[in-house]
Amino acid sequence: MADESKAPQSPESSKPAASGPSPAPPAAGAPASPAAKPVAPAAAPPPPVQVALDSELSRRYRERFGAAILDAIEDRKQPILVVDVTQLLEIARYSRDTEQFDLLEDFTAVDWPRREKRFDLVAQLYSIPLNTRLRLKAALGAHEEADSLSSVWPTADWLEREIFDMFGIVFRGHPGLKRILLPDEWQGHPLRKDYDILQQDTAWVRENLGIESGQ
Amino acid sequence: MSVLANTVHDRTLQRPDTILGADELVINMGPQHPSTHGVLRVKLKLDGERVIGSECVIGYLHRGVEKIAENRSYQQFAPYVDRMDYVSAVSNGLGYCEAVEKLLMVEAPLRARVIRTILTELQRIASHLLWLGTHALDIGALTPLFYCMREREEILKIFEKYCGARLTTHAFRIGGLQYEAYDTLEKDVERFCNSFEARIQEYSDLLTSNSIWIGRTRNVGLLDAADCIALGASGPVLRASGVKWDLRKATPYAAYDQYKFEIPVGSNGDTYDRYMVRLEEMRQSRLICLQAIENIPVGPIMARVGKVLKPPPGEVYHAIEAPKGILGYYIVSDGGTQPYRVRIRPPSFINLQALDKMIRGHLVTDVVAIIGTLDIVLGEVDR
Amino acid sequence: MLQGVLAFVQTWWVELLCAVLIVLVVPLIAGYIVLVERKVMADMQARLGPMRVGPHGLLQPIADAVKLLIKEDLIPDDADKFIFWFAPVLSMTAALTSMGGIAFGPWFQVGRDINIGLLFVVGVSALGPFGIVLGGWASNNHYSIIGAIRSTAQLISYETTAGFALVSGFLLAGTLKVSDIVKAQYTDHVWYVFLAPVGFFTYLIASIAETNRAPFDLPEAESELVAGYMTEYSGFRWSLYFLAEYANMIVVGAVGATLFLGGWLRPFPNVAWLGWVDGLPTLLLAVTGVYCVMRAGKQPVHVQVMFMWAVALVCFLVALIFGVVEFAHLTSSAAFLSQHPVQLLRSMYDGLYGAFWFLLKVSAYIYIFMWLRFTLPRFRFDQLMRLGWHILIPLALVNVIAVGIMLALMSSLGWNRWLAALLTTLGTLVVGMLLIRWNDKHAAAASGSIATDNTQVEDSYAG
Repeated sequence: MADESKAPQSPESSKPAASGPSPAPPAAGAPASPAAKPVAPAAAPPPPVQVALDSELSRRYRERFGAAILDAIEDRKQPILVVDVTQLLEIARYSRDTEQFDLLEDFTAVDWPRREKRFDLVAQLYSIPLNTRLRLKAALGAHEEADSLSSVWPTADWLEREIFDMFGIVFRGHPGLKRILLPDEWQGHPLRKDYDILQQDTAWVRENLGIESGQ
Repeated sequence: MSVLANTVHDRTLQRPDTILGADELVINMGPQHPSTHGVLRVKLKLDGERVIGSECVIGYLHRGVEKIAENRSYQQFAPYVDRMDYVSAVSNGLGYCEAVEKLLMVEAPLRARVIRTILTELQRIASHLLWLGTHALDIGALTPLFYCMREREEILKIFEKYCGARLTTHAFRIGGLQYEAYDTLEKDVERFCNSFEARIQEYSDLLTSNSIWIGRTRNVGLLDAADCIALGASGPVLRASGVKWDLRKATPYAAYDQYKFEIPVGSNGDTYDRYMVRLEEMRQSRLICLQAIENIPVGPIMARVGKVLKPPPGEVYHAIEAPKGILGYYIVSDGGTQPYRVRIRPPSFINLQALDKMIRGHLVTDVVAIIGTLDIVLGEVDR
Repeated sequence: MLQGVLAFVQTWWVELLCAVLIVLVVPLIAGYIVLVERKVMADMQARLGPMRVGPHGLLQPIADAVKLLIKEDLIPDDADKFIFWFAPVLSMTAALTSMGGIAFGPWFQVGRDINIGLLFVVGVSALGPFGIVLGGWASNNHYSIIGAIRSTAQLISYETTAGFALVSGFLLAGTLKVSDIVKAQYTDHVWYVFLAPVGFFTYLIASIAETNRAPFDLPEAESELVAGYMTEYSGFRWSLYFLAEYANMIVVGAVGATLFLGGWLRPFPNVAWLGWVDGLPTLLLAVTGVYCVMRAGKQPVHVQVMFMWAVALVCFLVALIFGVVEFAHLTSSAAFLSQHPVQLLRSMYDGLYGAFWFLLKVSAYIYIFMWLRFTLPRFRFDQLMRLGWHILIPLALVNVIAVGIMLALMSSLGWNRWLAALLTTLGTLVVGMLLIRWNDKHAAAASGSIATDNTQVEDSYAG
């Protein structure tokens, strides 16, 4: 998604890649992201971090799902497909069945509070027979629900519980969505950006541990 | 493949009934228990002596490491990573440093990569030794623990000489290594490797053909390949089920592409196979170490990275084959000095999901053996 | 009344003395057996064991005893107080009383002429499981009762095996009386282990299970869910159970040594030219004394130096006693022989040397227990029961028949006893193999421990 790379750049747009310590020779790739970057005069041209992805794989996905594939990027040589969250379950099923991505390596979320659709669901897929990786990203609004991927990959069970625990994203169709790392009665979702690093659910701590939390 | 996935889905996602039948009993195991290897709570639903359902309660060791990562600089976060899987800290450090290096698009120099490989393989041996000792102890063999600790002591001494710490080593830096290999590193590693083959044979003599050991571990905790992959289990658990897949060969990192080694594979997917796979992995790690120390290239040990790390905005996912399974780091950078998001894909967390499936139908006495065979570290499960 | 008591003491003073010694000394000995076990364990595990308390940890049992005695006496709230108190007492009593029937050498025996000898020992020690199950029940903790019932089930299952194995020994000895059994081995010129080895080894295995030792120690294992009958016991009560376990070990060792290993006879008791073997105890003790003297100088702390000298002194003293007694025994015709002290010394020969050899055999038996504990993993409970009922009891039964056949062959057909023994032992072993194979097939068919519903899924990634 193009705006995902634009939004965080605004506060740091002064020195995005000038301080990037990469010794990789600057190539002449056409990066999508530096479109918003001002050219830093004293620095070498920024290395191609993100390029548009146009591979067999992305073409097959685009063919199958058309508009649901919102963007295809390659970031640091890792393929990413940005998809529409309403089609995520279908795309997941297609990935597992047809594209042979049988292992859901990871499923997590990232919080971009200043964006309109706040969360990014990120699924890292791996194909054992083909030895390839793919990342699926889907933007999700603050109060939207997503479909559970546990019917496609059972490993998503606990992974989605953790996303729910840390971000508050509800997954429809999950066999038993409750908190996993934090106590069941905890209030708040810590990995959201508006949850301060020193914040705790002091009421829970007081009731259950009997101490006044220092923070 | 879809047919397989559906059957697995039906079996794995059954929750224990909330209404207990007349003959059913719920036993609580943990969080303080000598054999759960950490603060793990398992609620077992029993029918007489057989387990018919289970539920894991975790989170007792949750320290919010991913949140902390958003408030530290990249280098400041590196020591935190050791404390997740505290039994094999060096691997954690390797994964993190390589992930950030990918983010920065630098590559550590070859000498650094080779020394990293040696230390990581030593750490793999140490982690498997600890696993073997405690697993054997749970099943009742009292002696292998002390033999394994004796070997592990040698490895920890090498770590101490190298970076000053035995357990939470913070051995690697982003971009390479901070410390040059000390004078006698090669000799120490060689001496260890030379004595280690006989020691592995000792453990093997005690356990491999012991009919009591076989009786306790054969056909216990079965997990076939399709279930493993569907549940995301990785590492020796997956290899024991017959899937010959190791990230060191599939997507080589550090200096693994330079060395010849085998991937041990089991056939049954039971506890005995996992034991054999890990034993064989120790042998292969020893071979890698021997090959590596023969020829450590000269050169710099640190790539040219600045003091202040500000990776270009973007994200990266990097996974390594940690002793417990696939350890993945997903790091999102917004261009600042602190990571925007660090997600750690913990192998123990995902392997532990398979516990419910593996335990069903077994006797209560086997629960301890099955938890042991998954080789979980609660620091990693809870982060 | 007082006259009656005095008369009683006068007739039975030896037996009473032995009984008092048993009650006083066995707990101390059991404590030292624990220390030996810890040292042996440490040796097998490449470490040193207790080293701090006393020189080389020799005062460790004293420290442990003191610690246990000063602990708080906790009784669970709803526990049955009388039974809670009584259960360990019962265990300990059963163990110590059964020791009364054992002869530690020709002199030292409480029940001197019991005609049912070893049967008394086995029968009284069978009261031990009562103590266990009552203790588990009285703890008012359902994990304790589960552990106690498991332990009791194990004990009574293996008692049958032990009984049958002993029967094969009784067939050979022809008597139950302890002194007569040893005499029979003397007159037969052979230890019965060589005539009925299957019986001995079956008894060995069964006795490991009888005393809840590894690999049969599931009821006591710490890493199991079910905590065992000793959970709610702490301090002195727990030490009673513990001592009862080690006393039981001594009892089963003694029974095995008596019936199969020749009791208090020295190796090759009838072979006259091996009489110099009698000098071994003296030699051993003297060598130990010399070793202590050599190491005394190297001790780091003065107290330890003194202690080593004291141990050396004790070794030399005992060696002297043994030597003098042996000398008196050997010199059969010399002028000064009619003097009383020498007569006394000569008569001590049997008792002292007999006791030495007997204790040596019991120690070897217990060492094998310890060796097995630190080498083998633990059996799961169903495997343990299957081993007992499916393999060992049939084997022991067949062994009894085999020994009977052997005796019949020897007496009515006049066969050489070694030939008969060889044949019948081989036959029993063949039966044993068949049993094991049948059991494996049976166990595999019952799918071991899983009620599986694993469908065989095709694995396209195998290999």
